[in-house]
Order: sequence, then structure tokens, then C-alpha cells
Amino acid sequence: MKPFDTKVQLLKYRVLKEVAKLAIHDSLSSGMLDVHKAIIPTNKATMRCCVYKERAIVNERVKLATNSSIEEFESWIQVIKIACDECPVGGYEVTSGCRGCIAHRCEQACKKNAITFDNHQKAHIDKSKCIECGLCSKVCPYNAIHNFKRPCELACKVNAITMDADKAASIDHSKCITCGACVYQCPFGAIMDKSELVPAIQLIKKSRYNTKYKVYAVVAPAIASQYEREELGQILKAIKNLGFYNLVEAALGADLATVLETEELLTKPVLTSSCCPSFVEYIKKHHPKVEKHISHTPSPMALVGKIIKTSDPNAKVVFIGPCIAKKQEAKLSHVKPYVDAVITFEELQAWIDAADINLSSLVPEHLDNASYFGRIFAKSGGLSKAVIQCLKESEKDVSLVNPIIASGIDQCKVALLKLSVNKLGGNFLEGMACSGGCIGGPCNLTHEEKDEKEIEWYGQSAYEQNIHSSIRLFRDDTQ
Amino acid sequence: MIKIAVCVGSSCHLKGSYQTIDLLKQYIENHQYQSSIELRAAFCLGHCTDGISIKINDEIIHGVHKDNIHTSLIPVIERKIHAIYGK
Repeated sequence: MKPFDTKVQLLKYRVLKEVAKLAIHDSLSSGMLDVHKAIIPTNKATMRCCVYKERAIVNERVKLATNSSIEEFESWIQVIKIACDECPVGGYEVTSGCRGCIAHRCEQACKKNAITFDNHQKAHIDKSKCIECGLCSKVCPYNAIHNFKRPCELACKVNAITMDADKAASIDHSKCITCGACVYQCPFGAIMDKSELVPAIQLIKKSRYNTKYKVYAVVAPAIASQYEREELGQILKAIKNLGFYNLVEAALGADLATVLETEELLTKPVLTSSCCPSFVEYIKKHHPKVEKHISHTPSPMALVGKIIKTSDPNAKVVFIGPCIAKKQEAKLSHVKPYVDAVITFEELQAWIDAADINLSSLVPEHLDNASYFGRIFAKSGGLSKAVIQCLKESEKDVSLVNPIIASGIDQCKVALLKLSVNKLGGNFLEGMACSGGCIGGPCNLTHEEKDEKEIEWYGQSAYEQNIHSSIRLFRDDTQ
Repeated sequence: MIKIAVCVGSSCHLKGSYQTIDLLKQYIENHQYQSSIELRAAFCLGHCTDGISIKINDEIIHGVHKDNIHTSLIPVIERKIHAIYGK
């Protein structure tokens, strides 16, 4: 197993692993309140002011890790209020690094005349004039002007996070697009996603070794960026050993989505992609003017769930990916019939380790449902490349598509604003909420420079030669 | 209607599911069975070690290869066609 990017992820993983162990041994209700003993074995505080607060926070994490309740459905992303460190929220401030220089670049850069100087020539920001543009900070040669904004607020590109009366972070769910950036960025792990790990484990157990119904795992291609190449096959085998009847590539759904989206594109003047649920949500909540351009093609997850359930109507489908927004997408009325649970790579790792599966002893498993083009959906630009390939395979003119690629909400915002004034500069907008695409997803175990290369390698090792060969038997099942 | 599902799970796939499917399509066309046989894919039929698995209605036949479909598979299909349609 790769180490996690941060100790916050490690902490979350440890809690999830204890929860998975309890679920596997049917002792969740009796053991839930004792999880903190495994996480904090001594009486010495290592993370917070005292061990009692640490235990209380662990209990909150357990609550979220075991909470997949839809009745009280608010959002998959929740703030653990007692874990929020109530970080300072001053915005741009001049720090002691200001040397009182003569140049006064900050003053020149400020369009609002908010910068003044005291007797020692040190800069001050008049907060009544400051609009938090950050230009002064950019030009200071000593980096003396700092933005004291909360990491969660900085991470949230849709301004859904504010401070409540107790100074704890609060998410405005009417703005939130479930991208999960705050979950990954909060240095105290105070924002966490609810989990369907327990329902997924129970689905497997109740299937009685796949005799009552069969449970299929649909695995997102981003998994290739999460493990060493030689280890990937063993991870796939480990997923199967958790009790899944079969593994199917989400990339097969991506191949199908490519064909459907290309067909749709040819009938419309401009189309925005529909595979990233956060991007779709972003348009609906923040750019409703261009909502009419959203593709009606179901996401790869929904498509692959649909074809599995067409071939085996009693099947249960668990999607495994790096994404929190997929949890929410799976509950939409047009997706719900095809996906029974969604878990993340973090939750998968916790499950595998809770089941005590010894990776190194496993004979590698291979996936062969998809093409190169379906697999590279995991990185930004992959979908556009696939659409061009699809036109080529159908012997159509590739100049029929002029893709604009946006990865990360900042880029998506620029492209959508252009689209709203008919200046997109292309006829197909591929939008991904996470920077870099799914390989930048919030619930990847790690995020590394080489991830993109790993997806390229994984794509190259696909069994199917092209998009149409991958979907040849499934095209009709998507109707 | 006879429903034929050919396994395209990893193991069967490598043994030539798709060639078998192409042969079956040819067979269906030659005999004009389009309205009596529905051909589709299945993800795994659970007999991974022994040739390609094919489900005909509720019966699973395994050990099929593209070279033996005329002895292993076609007779079963014909028996079913005969039982249902009498041809």
C-alpha cells in the first residue's frame, strides 16, 4: 500500500478500517463506541488539547463513517464541528515581514487605495476599502502580505463555506457541488464524507457468497494511478476476494458514453460533458443560464451499471472510485436503479486491510472490458481525445468537434462564463471539477506528478483495440 | 424467444468470446433466426477455467471454443428451437 498524502487521510482510514472490521464481523452496534480505543490506545493526547476531545472527534468520525442515511439526507459532506480548529479568517494582512521599503509596490498595485504607511514606512491595509484581490500580496518582494483565509474556504471554489456563529466552518449545501476539495484540504480533518462502506459490506454478506444475487464491483480507471504497476493486478484480485462476484471496468461505461456523447454532439450546436457529476452540479447551481447545454448522456458509472443489470437483472452494483460526488450522483432518480452503493479508494483500502487480505500472496487479476480511450477518461483531456477517436472510427470528419478542456473549477468557471456569452471558442466543453481530472479526486490515496503517466500506461495496456470493439455487444443495452 | 448470453468475463474473453459471438451471429443470420434468438453478452457465468461459458435461457454450457461450436453449442440451440418453434 502506498502511504497517504496526509496524516488526516491516515486517521480517516484507520477509523474506516475499524468500522469495516466491525461490519465484517456483524458487531457494529456493540463495537462502534469502542473504536476510539483502537485509534487512541493511550491516555496521552497526540493531536488535540486533550485525549477526551480526541476521543469525542473519533466518535464523530465513526458516526459519519457509518452514516449512509438517505432519509436525513443533507449532503455527503459534513463538518465535524468539534474538530474544526476555527482557523483565523482575517483575509489579507501585512505581516511582520514588511521591511518598510521605499518601493511601495503594494501601494501601486492596490486599485482601491487601501494601503497606507505608518511612521516606519510599514504598510497597513484599510479593511474597509480592501476587496481581497491579492494584488498587493503578489507584488511584495518580501512576501510580507499574507492571505489569512481558511484552507477549507480557499479550497472551495464555489464559495459554499462560511463561518457560523461559533466560528466553525459551515457548508451552504445550496452552493456545494460535492467536489470534496475541502475534505482533502482541511488540515484538521474536520470535514468528512459520509460513507456507504457498511452498506457495501452488508450487500456482499447478504448475497451469501453471490448465491442470492450477484454483487459486481465497477472500478474507476483512476485506480491505476493509486498502486504500483506490479501491485495493481493484486489489488484487483483483492477486491474480488472481498466477495465480489465479478469486476467490471467503469472505463467500459466511458467507451459507451463516448459514443453516445459524440452522437449527441453532432445534433447540437454546443455541448458540455456529463461524466463528472460535480461539473454538472456546478453548472446547475452556479451557471443555470447554460444548463441547456449539458449533455443528456448518462455518466460512465450509470451506463456500466445499466448494462450489468440488463445482463443480470438481480445484480447489485458497487462503484469504486476516487470521488465523493459519485455518492450523490448514485442517488439521483435516473441513476439509482443502476448503482447500489459507491465507495472510495480510501474506503476500499480500509476494507481490504480490515479483511486481512495479504496482497503479496495473490495471483494478479486483469480487467479487459475497455479500450485505451475509456481508460484515459481518468485524466483531463481523455474524454475529448476519445470523442475525436470515435469520429475517426465512424469515418466522420474529426473537425466536427472542437473541444475546450477545463480541469479544476477555476478553469471550468472561465469556460462557462465564455459559453454564457457565446464565446466558448469550441463546440464541446469537457469539464472536470478536480484539477487534472479524476486522478485529482479527493479520495485518492495519493496525488502525485506521475499519476497522469500511470493512466497513460494503463490505457496502453487495455485489451480492446478501440472504442467500438469495446462496446460492440453493449451498445443496444444502453437504450 | 431463446436468450443466448455469451460470457465476456476476463477468462472467456481471452479464449475468444467475441469470435464465438461472430460465428453465432453468422449462424443466426444464415438460418434467419433473428426473431427467435436474442444474442447478448454476460459479464461472468462462473465457469472460468473451462472454455467459454454460454447461457441458453437458463442452461449454462461451458467448454465452448470457436472450433467446437458446431458440436458443443449449435445442437443445444437447435434442440431448443425445435422444442419451441417445431422447426
